[in-house]
Amino acid sequence: MGLAVTILIDGLTYASWLFIVALGLTLVFGVLKILNIAHGSFYALGAYAAATFVGWVATMKWAPGWSLVAMLLAAIAIAVLIAPLTERGLLRFFYGHDEVLLVLVTYALFLCMEDITKLIWGANPYYVSEPYSLFGNVEIGNQIYVGYDFLLVVLAVVVGLAVWWALNRTRQGKIVTAVIHSPEIASSMGIQVSKVYMHAFGVGVFLAALGGAFTAPMISVQPGVSVGVIILSFAVVIIGGLGSIEGAAIGALIVGLARAFAVHVAPVAELFSIYVVMALVLMVRPEGLFQRIQARKI
Amino acid sequence: MHRSFTFLTWAAVLCTAALLALGLVLPKWLLFMCTMAFANGLVSLGIVLLMRGGVVAFGQGLMSAIGGYTAALLFQKMGITDAIVLTLIGGFTAAALTAPFAPLLSRYRGIFFSMLTLALSMVGYGILVKTERLGGSDGFNLGRVSVLGQALSDDWVGYVLYAVAVCFACLMSYLSRIYFDSTRGLITQAIRENELRVEYLGGSVRHTMALNFVLAAFMGGCGGALAVMALGHIDPNFSYWTTSGEFVFVAILAGTQSVIAIMLSSVILEAVRSFSSAYFPNTWQLALGLFLMFVIRFLPLGLGSLWSPKAHKEQA
Repeated sequence: MGLAVTILIDGLTYASWLFIVALGLTLVFGVLKILNIAHGSFYALGAYAAATFVGWVATMKWAPGWSLVAMLLAAIAIAVLIAPLTERGLLRFFYGHDEVLLVLVTYALFLCMEDITKLIWGANPYYVSEPYSLFGNVEIGNQIYVGYDFLLVVLAVVVGLAVWWALNRTRQGKIVTAVIHSPEIASSMGIQVSKVYMHAFGVGVFLAALGGAFTAPMISVQPGVSVGVIILSFAVVIIGGLGSIEGAAIGALIVGLARAFAVHVAPVAELFSIYVVMALVLMVRPEGLFQRIQARKI
Repeated sequence: MHRSFTFLTWAAVLCTAALLALGLVLPKWLLFMCTMAFANGLVSLGIVLLMRGGVVAFGQGLMSAIGGYTAALLFQKMGITDAIVLTLIGGFTAAALTAPFAPLLSRYRGIFFSMLTLALSMVGYGILVKTERLGGSDGFNLGRVSVLGQALSDDWVGYVLYAVAVCFACLMSYLSRIYFDSTRGLITQAIRENELRVEYLGGSVRHTMALNFVLAAFMGGCGGALAVMALGHIDPNFSYWTTSGEFVFVAILAGTQSVIAIMLSSVILEAVRSFSSAYFPNTWQLALGLFLMFVIRFLPLGLGSLWSPKAHKEQA
């Protein structure tokens, strides 16, 4: 029983930050039809920016609670600076190309961002320990968990509900849905599609950076963090079905629980358990759990 | 067939002879770079074969790893040292191990095919990292190979491995060209355009795609075995997704029209990587990324489109 609870809590914690990152990825794919490998780089930028901002808060000797605000501001700063530059300055030139070619464009961007990150922050690791101790420890059964982990779960629920509400209950959300279904018809109805693309991409970048910023206290922020995250996010959105919020949530839960199960029960399988799950899901549902089967065109 | 068989044969023979002659005057570092480029080019040739059917394999690193580990293990455990034999066995093992998955993978298209192949290669990576008997994450070394029963001296080992890589690259490119222009090769192209029509016309889409996958695995295995013999080392990174990304990089850079473009693109990638890491050690990935963006922006059909009349028609 104790082991099951541990697996559940570890899996939930892991799934929560992964969901935030994967939500951005699935949103960008849903609207722009781009499977963005550079999404992992935006996650890394969020983590680095959070390390810098939290460092400033510590230098100015502000109350530790401000470090949470600093992490949020770091994610916003990355989205405001990077998203328009990437979408307007690079991606728009490739719209309409084959989706695999677009994946390669973002792969090229990913390679560039790896070095740009190193040039700005160097190769040494950063540690953002202050926010991690803010919420103390929580005792469940005989196990002690860090309170900060539960903050991530709450954050993931809030972010997921906010994005769902924005897409399904607001005028802007309906505009985005119209563009997802048909950019041409949306454009003929007076919607500025390029603006929708830029804003959707901005939200995607923000979610990646937010995921990076709030996981920074749990990891050592160093070159290479983006590589693992992007493949995990791919696994989540592929399992759930590309472009689906519910799919991203279920996918993140499956990945989180599979990893936690492997860590506690079969550590030797930790490295590849997620990919086994991904392969199994694709074998049963070739287009993910929440993807509608498309009719084949003659 | 679109081209005369005699013309293709002469072109392949002359190309091989010219590259072998060129190798005699190249410095050692350039010989090694070209050997690696041709070995990796073989893996990318397999990706191009699949791309002609409209799917891109993001897990071809696994085929390269299977070929590489097979060659290294046969060398270490069974004392087989012949480079040609090791390359062929590497290729056949990769094809044999992936054949059971081919019917399954032939059902997938687009990004889902890419992601499933990526997942399988990452499963392979995880297993290799955790298998201590295969050296774990560090991998293991292998010694100097022989060719046709002859031991290789220090002066000639680089050139002979280069020659083996050139012969395999030219032979595979030649056979691939024949396959591309054959009925099944043309069915592969038709599948990319509209697979439902191919089925109505009596072609077997799944059979063709499965066969292509096995052929691509064979080429990947041969490439991996050659790369391992040139490097003298094997580790699980052969199967990591970033390695597969580089193979796809070469395939996109080359395009699907020309087999020569694939080997040329592989040499260009190795050259850009070598020079970037020598002259810009901290920014070589930046240089590589910018180079790739430039190619995709201005040559979306790849280098092969520069001289292929078919590509010009497609672009028009």
